[in-house]
Amino acid sequence: MSFQKLKSVAFATAVFGAVAAFPAHAGKTLDAIKARGQVICGVHTGLAGFSAADSNGKWAGIDVDMCRAVAASTLGDAEKVKYVPLTAQARFTALQSGEIDMLSRNTTFTLTRDASLGLSQTAVVYYDGQGFMVPVKSKIKSAKQLKGQTVCVQSGTTTEKNLTDFSKANNLNIKPVVFEKLDAVEGAYFSGRCLSYTTDASGLASVRNKSAKNPADHLILPELISKEPLGPLVRRGDDEWAAIVKWTIFGLLEAEENGITQANVDDLKANSKDPVVGRILGSTEDTGKLLGLDKEWMANAIKATGNYGEIFERNVGPKSSLQLPRGLNNLWSKGGIQYAPPIR
Amino acid sequence: MTSHTFIAPRPAPAAASGWLGWCKSNLFYDWKTSLGTVLIGLIVLYVLPRLFNWGVTDAVLSGGYEACHAAQGACWAVVREKFRFILFGRYPHEEHWRALICTVLLLGLIVVSCTRAFWRTWLAGLWIGVLLLYFALMRGGFAGLRYVETDLWSGLPLTILLASLSMVMAFPIAVLIALGRRSGMPAIRSLCTVYVELIRGVPLISVLFMASFMFPLLMPQGFNIDVLIRVLAGITLFAAAYMAEVIRGGLQAIPKGQIEAAATLGLSYWQTQRKIVLPQALAMVVPGLMNNFISTFKDTSLVAIVSLYELTGAMGMAMNSDANWRAFRVEGYLFIALIYFVFCYSMSRYSQWIESQVNKSRQR
Amino acid sequence: MTPPPASAKTTRWSWRSQAFRALAYQVLAVGFIGILVWYLAHNTATNMRQRGIQSGFDFLLGTAGFDIGESLFAFDSGESYLQAYLVGVTNTLRVALLGIFLTTVLGTLLGIGRFSRNALVRGLCRVYVEIFRNIPVLLQLLMWYLLCTELLPDMANAWELGPLFLSKGGLNFPIPVWAPGHAMAAWGLLLGLPLAWLWRSHAKNRFNATGVPRSMVWAPLAVVLACGLIAWLLGGAPSETNRPFRGEFAIENGGALTPEFLALLIGLTLYTAAFVAEVVRGGIQSVPQGQAEAASALGLSQSHSMRLVQLPQALRVIIPPLTNQYLNLTKNSSLAVAIGYPDVVSIANTAINQTGRAVECIALIMVVYLTTSLLTALLMNWYNARSAIQER
Repeated sequence: MSFQKLKSVAFATAVFGAVAAFPAHAGKTLDAIKARGQVICGVHTGLAGFSAADSNGKWAGIDVDMCRAVAASTLGDAEKVKYVPLTAQARFTALQSGEIDMLSRNTTFTLTRDASLGLSQTAVVYYDGQGFMVPVKSKIKSAKQLKGQTVCVQSGTTTEKNLTDFSKANNLNIKPVVFEKLDAVEGAYFSGRCLSYTTDASGLASVRNKSAKNPADHLILPELISKEPLGPLVRRGDDEWAAIVKWTIFGLLEAEENGITQANVDDLKANSKDPVVGRILGSTEDTGKLLGLDKEWMANAIKATGNYGEIFERNVGPKSSLQLPRGLNNLWSKGGIQYAPPIR
Repeated sequence: MTSHTFIAPRPAPAAASGWLGWCKSNLFYDWKTSLGTVLIGLIVLYVLPRLFNWGVTDAVLSGGYEACHAAQGACWAVVREKFRFILFGRYPHEEHWRALICTVLLLGLIVVSCTRAFWRTWLAGLWIGVLLLYFALMRGGFAGLRYVETDLWSGLPLTILLASLSMVMAFPIAVLIALGRRSGMPAIRSLCTVYVELIRGVPLISVLFMASFMFPLLMPQGFNIDVLIRVLAGITLFAAAYMAEVIRGGLQAIPKGQIEAAATLGLSYWQTQRKIVLPQALAMVVPGLMNNFISTFKDTSLVAIVSLYELTGAMGMAMNSDANWRAFRVEGYLFIALIYFVFCYSMSRYSQWIESQVNKSRQR
Repeated sequence: MTPPPASAKTTRWSWRSQAFRALAYQVLAVGFIGILVWYLAHNTATNMRQRGIQSGFDFLLGTAGFDIGESLFAFDSGESYLQAYLVGVTNTLRVALLGIFLTTVLGTLLGIGRFSRNALVRGLCRVYVEIFRNIPVLLQLLMWYLLCTELLPDMANAWELGPLFLSKGGLNFPIPVWAPGHAMAAWGLLLGLPLAWLWRSHAKNRFNATGVPRSMVWAPLAVVLACGLIAWLLGGAPSETNRPFRGEFAIENGGALTPEFLALLIGLTLYTAAFVAEVVRGGIQSVPQGQAEAASALGLSQSHSMRLVQLPQALRVIIPPLTNQYLNLTKNSSLAVAIGYPDVVSIANTAINQTGRAVECIALIMVVYLTTSLLTALLMNWYNARSAIQER
């Protein structure tokens, strides 16, 4: 063998070794986003009211609006978002690997996810609970009547675990039928394979509305068997980015509390005498600087999506097709439990 | 001398030739065969009219889902309604013409590669050119074409791309591994054997899971690989292992005398392989390689499990997202089963033709 | 001319010799692979440490926390992940073994059918093979599952076939209630096996001595069953069964085969049988035509000739590709995750989502399948060696 070949091989090995020794740089998400000019947001493959694309490819939903608000507060333009639809299985690895910047996919905050997946939870966007849906003709009125019955559930979610806990605690011996894909679960329930379908109550409403031939034929049982606080997740280790996402959501809640809407935000920004409003909108104080953002970070967000109440109404509220009541998701001052820390 | 009285000539046995004779010997030879024919005939006569009624006579060809629900027969209207979604998946609606052109190009290239008249050296260049054109046209982003990111590529174009590109890339890898398995150097032989046995022992699903879950962890941070590239890499590695076994079978069939004669002529190892062994071996294993291509083509249906919506996944998406058409999933499934059947059957007929061509050189 | 004096043979070491080149190539190849593996492992470790992802196989001892829809033995959500994996493995093996048996039977019949005298049978076998070979297996599984869940009636209106119920909830059948008598019956069956073997060797000896054939299959089978029956009677003849009945919403009691299992079994069997049929056909075609002609010259019927002359010789050619098909069936059973059958891939999927340990769980799946492939290949190699034609 010629020495030429030996030398080239040795050179390649050295280069490889040098590249391997390169320290993997700690990703500064905000710098990457500003350089890229786009926020990459992981969303659901299609859950009406939370994140679903219509036939023209336009995304809409609460989770989508959170992404848009974050993009508006970070980059000034709510349209600078790339949506990556993810299955329940792929969502965490996509976030862990850096493929997406934030996971806005109606994901429940739990101990395991906070502690052992290398992810960090931001703010709760939707307080939910897990429920059951049964066909009306089964005449079941309570979840406790599901003794020994089959329940369709999607794999890889907290739903599976909660179902088991509920079954064990109430001695129901429920037989789960577990599918990988959401449309397989829906197909099995609507074709009659299982007696009941379980997921978050908001998901039940969404599925019933979108996929049932006649939504009135299906009943959502009254019991909520678990707490499901849903919200966006980011990677652990980048507190700056986590703060941006968290405070954008708190800002939307604060906006609703202080009566700032999509319609009046420009007017209030120019003319409001209220120091609280001024601080939120950046007309009197620059809170954005502390986060590494523009002065009008919150004003941009509110202008793009409206405040929390408007987002809720538009996507899942009583006027939308899901018709979910505000319930727990109302402001603390109005009987719900959404309590945002003050922006100051 | 007594005169012979001839008996009257009997007519030739009528039922030994012609289609009557064929029926007699093939359908009614003895009582067991006749019984079988009668039974099968009865079953066929029972099933076929009903199938025909369901599929053709009572079928609904157009009109909305109300017409389908009201009718008894098959609802082919669902195919008419959804065929664009099924064939092109999530690719943007207005840009379907680009996906169509790309599919036709790639199919044309495959057909051209199969015809003997085009077996020249510039075919390789043509392949590279068409593949580049495919990627450029599907991706867009220049000359006014809208940019379409790779996770929107779906449906039939994606199926054909995955199958053909992975086979093309797997082929050189497979040749090297097959040669490595037969090499005299124990380390290389064991490395290649371990690779092949490892990949052949696990299902494609686990390789795809590995590609989609583990590749991101294996790369340094910030180094993002497209999901399409990851899946392609997984399918290529998988196909390469199977192809390596087929090629190895061909290499084993070359008489040792060929290699010895090449050594006598002073050819080096790589020259021997390139000029003497591989041309003979590859010509012998073309049917096996075609079988591999057919399996790879069918295996692309698995990528639906890692969220790339090729033909099967696109159909699932199309049918499941619409409650009105959900009851007619059977018709949708039959539609894509037909598409797969057409492709795979033509490939298997082609492989039989190739086999007969190769065997011509052996007929004496 | 005298030949030159033979000099002492010296092995001269040269840097350009083939031995050194081979050594160098191997060292480089191993070195390259080693560096690549180190690089990837280093990256993985760094990434996991940076993101706070925990690793290790200790999660296997933790509580699973999820139920499994169907399993051969009782599984509770309070058991460990390791137990859950075992349930998954038994589910996979259940489908694989049953599928292998059924596909061999069906495939052999189809392969032999291609040589039948009857043109209709020949044509139907050909059509079957062409159709089922050219459609992807995932599509076939989805279609069978769709048929099982759409065409079968609701659980409330299940079809009743004697003690069996068939509905969307699956096939419900009565299972015997376990009593000591059943253990006795099992022992009886086991004792019957050596007795049957004794009968077979006795029958073979009598055949070799006198030429009178004795029953080699049915009689030993009868012996085994008789022993089991006697033991069962001695054990008190327990006959209590758990019969299914119509409950309020579903069929309760009894054993059940879920539609997922049925769809998986039917789909895999029909798909692989098409390939097995082709393998068998190739094997029979490889037997020289003279054998069939000689058999018919001796007066053997078509079925006798196939069974006694052609198939045994074809086995030699059939077994290696048949092994491949068995392995394919086992690997294709991993597609159960798409139709909701809890096999080992589906359970590993759930484990990945609950613990985040993607690398470990995928490694476990691969180990399970590799072990199964290895065992099947070993078994078939043994059978192959046994059925090889004893040549001179």
